Amino acid sequence: MKGSVRQSMAWLHTWSGLVVGWVLLAIFVTGTASYYRADISRWMRPELMQAAPVAPADLPAAAERAVAYLETHAPKARTWFIGLPQPDHPVLDLFWRTRPGEPPGRATLDPRTGGEARARETMGGDFLYRFHFELHMPPLWGRWVVGVCAMIMLIALISGIVTHKRIFVDFFTFRRDKAPRRSFLDAHNVTGVLALPFHLMITYTGLVTLALMYMPWGVTVAYEGDRQAFFAESGQITAPRPPAGRPAALAPIGPMVERALQTVPETLERLTIVNQGDANATVVAVFEEPHGLSHEHPQVAFDGVSGAVIEVLRGGLQPAAKTFTTMVGLHEAHFAGPALRALFFLCGVMGSAMVATGLVLWSLARLPKAEARPFPGLRLVQALNIGSVAGLPAAVAVYFLANRLLPVGLADRSAWEIRAFFAAWIAVALLALARPQRRAWRAGLGGVAVLCLAVVGADLATIEAHPLRRPSGGEALFLWFDGALLALAALFAFAARKVSTYQAPRRAEPAREASLPAAAPRPPKRPAAAAPQRRPESGKQRERA
Amino acid sequence: MNVTKGSARPRLAEAAGLVGRVVLAAGGGYAVAALSTALLSATLPLPRSEAVTAATLASFAILASVAVLVFAISSLRHAAAAVLGAILVLGAGLWLAAGPLLSAGGAP
Repeated sequence: MKGSVRQSMAWLHTWSGLVVGWVLLAIFVTGTASYYRADISRWMRPELMQAAPVAPADLPAAAERAVAYLETHAPKARTWFIGLPQPDHPVLDLFWRTRPGEPPGRATLDPRTGGEARARETMGGDFLYRFHFELHMPPLWGRWVVGVCAMIMLIALISGIVTHKRIFVDFFTFRRDKAPRRSFLDAHNVTGVLALPFHLMITYTGLVTLALMYMPWGVTVAYEGDRQAFFAESGQITAPRPPAGRPAALAPIGPMVERALQTVPETLERLTIVNQGDANATVVAVFEEPHGLSHEHPQVAFDGVSGAVIEVLRGGLQPAAKTFTTMVGLHEAHFAGPALRALFFLCGVMGSAMVATGLVLWSLARLPKAEARPFPGLRLVQALNIGSVAGLPAAVAVYFLANRLLPVGLADRSAWEIRAFFAAWIAVALLALARPQRRAWRAGLGGVAVLCLAVVGADLATIEAHPLRRPSGGEALFLWFDGALLALAALFAFAARKVSTYQAPRRAEPAREASLPAAAPRPPKRPAAAAPQRRPESGKQRERA
Repeated sequence: MNVTKGSARPRLAEAAGLVGRVVLAAGGGYAVAALSTALLSATLPLPRSEAVTAATLASFAILASVAVLVFAISSLRHAAAAVLGAILVLGAGLWLAAGPLLSAGGAP
């Protein structure tokens, strides 16, 4: 590049950020929501909250019921996954894979009867979670797209750091009342720099979670591409056992569950049953992670036919493997208690704000002079900005709204919830293309606020156990969830109001000028500021971060 | 540098240089990262699984550094020479270190 290193880094930061910005925003928003994935799932299945928790002593019998269901409904599956009832999720979650490329089967059972649990059909928080790294595309494609974007984000972060002459000063700089573009620049700097350790950590550890897919060459050289062998040798999974090809009956699973519970003190989370019906069937009991940063589930493997313990996996990883699992653990933040989780959530919100302000900054830095028409690329960027910054939150709100409003017995219900999500997103994006940009911003942001309020209203209207309707002994989760949505509604309403009172730097609209001082208190010389703002056009390129 | 200034259209040579840099950063960066991952996996004096893990963990930092360097070096020709040189050195190292390990066609 011509010019100094800092200039070329500024260029790299601007353009790499723009190219992946919209996808990154989607990844950030859904990833941030995924910190509360379990709570979102619970909120979206209100029927299950009434069910009483299952005692550990009842787990073996519950597991037997799950296996009985799978033997009738998925006899040909290669692998069965049984999510055992947890205190906050008192049902059996079944999941099975028949062969690669075929969609997996799912069922939710009542652990006491073994019959299908009566709950509305929904993907719950899992939809947002999977969207975070697969974008609702075919998994392989989605993961690669997300990986490329994460890599470019890492490069944008590094070049962004180099661009900052005064990173420490920027930490404390927020010039709210100067030129609007500058306050966007400062907002971008503050959200970017303040949470910078989080951004670097989350981007790098995000790449690490799918490292062997993106960078398989170490395993290619050392293990001839056999990932299972690598994971087993590094102590992250129990040794895989290929099918013997001879049929044999699966031993009763109850005693294995009992034995597993005696071996490991942590909470038993799930069972994986591989090659059932084969002489080499394997049952693996997977426990919750012990206290600590590392993503490391204790596991007990059983021979599925004899019921004997083959392998017990509990800690003892070597340094590199420990680093790897700690990075994954940091990314997923399973270790975080309520306060720390809220902090991670806030950092995620700041990351979303960093991406959003960066995108807006790009378009503000390229506004044409008053008399010129915006060039088509700018129009497109502006529309995409609105479509993602307002469209994605609107889509999430509509997803929640659909969960409450669609008939409970609707066929294909969870798919309809997802269709509602995309319909809302597309609607906002089209609105952004059809309307002038300020009106589209206002309508989009205001729309998100209204939708968030609508979710709270629908929650109150449809949930009888809501604490506000039943003051004694309602489920507190509803209050927390609705409170969070009210806060979001306030945030977006505030943003929508800011947009309506905001004075565009170079396109004077005299009609709005009059209402300005009343709407937002500003320095008295503000109305005259429109003229000087035209001047620093040439300096803007330099100032841009 | 000022892509949006003036006629808002960089000249053809500039555009070609830009595309070259992007291709070099992405392709060259990935090649260097992949080769160094493979080489370190084969040569780090650690148990096999540890060497692979450490090498894989470092690979993204290597990829990011190469990409940033490609944009930081002022001459595209010098940047290309540096990346190609790194690929050759790493490739030769891998061939020496892991040649016997690799069965037919397993190299990245």
